[in-house]
Amino acid sequence: MKKTNLCLVAVLALVATGCQPAQKYYWGSYEDLVYVSYAEPGKVSPEAQIKILEGDVSFAAAHHKALPPGFQAHLGYLYSKIGNKEAARSNFEAEKRQFPESTVLMDRLLSNLARS
Amino acid sequence: MRKAITILAALGLLVLGSGCASRAPYDYSNFKAHPPKSIVVLPPTNQSPDVKATYGYLSTMTMPIAEKGYYVYPVAVVDEYMKENGLPSATEMQSVPLQKIQEVFGADAVLYTNVTQYGTRYAVLDSITEVSATGKLVDVRSGVTLWDGSVKIAQGMNGGSGGNPIAALIAKAIVSIVNQILANSTDYAHQVSAIANAQLVNEKDHGLLDGPYLAVR
Repeated sequence: MKKTNLCLVAVLALVATGCQPAQKYYWGSYEDLVYVSYAEPGKVSPEAQIKILEGDVSFAAAHHKALPPGFQAHLGYLYSKIGNKEAARSNFEAEKRQFPESTVLMDRLLSNLARS
Repeated sequence: MRKAITILAALGLLVLGSGCASRAPYDYSNFKAHPPKSIVVLPPTNQSPDVKATYGYLSTMTMPIAEKGYYVYPVAVVDEYMKENGLPSATEMQSVPLQKIQEVFGADAVLYTNVTQYGTRYAVLDSITEVSATGKLVDVRSGVTLWDGSVKIAQGMNGGSGGNPIAALIAKAIVSIVNQILANSTDYAHQVSAIANAQLVNEKDHGLLDGPYLAVR
């Protein structure tokens, strides 16, 4: 009987891990914030969004997880919206370092930032 | 014992049978000839009656494609950039010439999506949330279609967590005002969009091929 239970637990564990495959990136609230900013515009200020995303950055660093594509570019864009050019620039640069595919767009955003 | 084996064999055949009955695997020859590293995901056009569809769907697209191993450009930044450059709607954004996409983003491929169904049909016994979409991945340099696919998800709303099983999806971690907004949202099609997208991207023999970042740790 006990054996059966153990088996069941093992199967359940397999099923559970099967349903939740390990993710490559730490997503935090990135996509949720994108959704909320369109679904409920103005409900969460850029400052609040930045705070949430910076929390995700710290969590990812502490757990040695990579941030997903677009995350730091998005954060940089939020910083540019509130006029914090320095933080915007460092996030655009970070996106470029992590994902060289973003170079053309990041350079464009960096030069727009310098001109603004 | 014999009976059990027969049943197992029958089950196996059934599984095989249903597998065989499905469509032939996608022809990936164009995909393999022009393997992309980076994908611009444009806001989907919307043929459903719900205006929330475009962004409800767009905001669930990055995760499955990035986890599949591709660089996905920041969707909201791309959207904002296009709006600032005189393209207010998804239809207009999707008509931008490929040459321009390459020049502005430096992307290898662009994903065009069309949402055909997005919403909840409320009924007495059970309400059904339906999301349907089609996607087409185009090589920016050659204009060749690398991949296309479609998905249709219908999810009942009954059973579990106070009549909203989808709440379980959002109950992952209540950390902030964002989760509060999501938990109170009645835009169930947004959560179902995440399921639809994951299936569109990952369906065996029909989804996207593994991208270059999948191997990198």
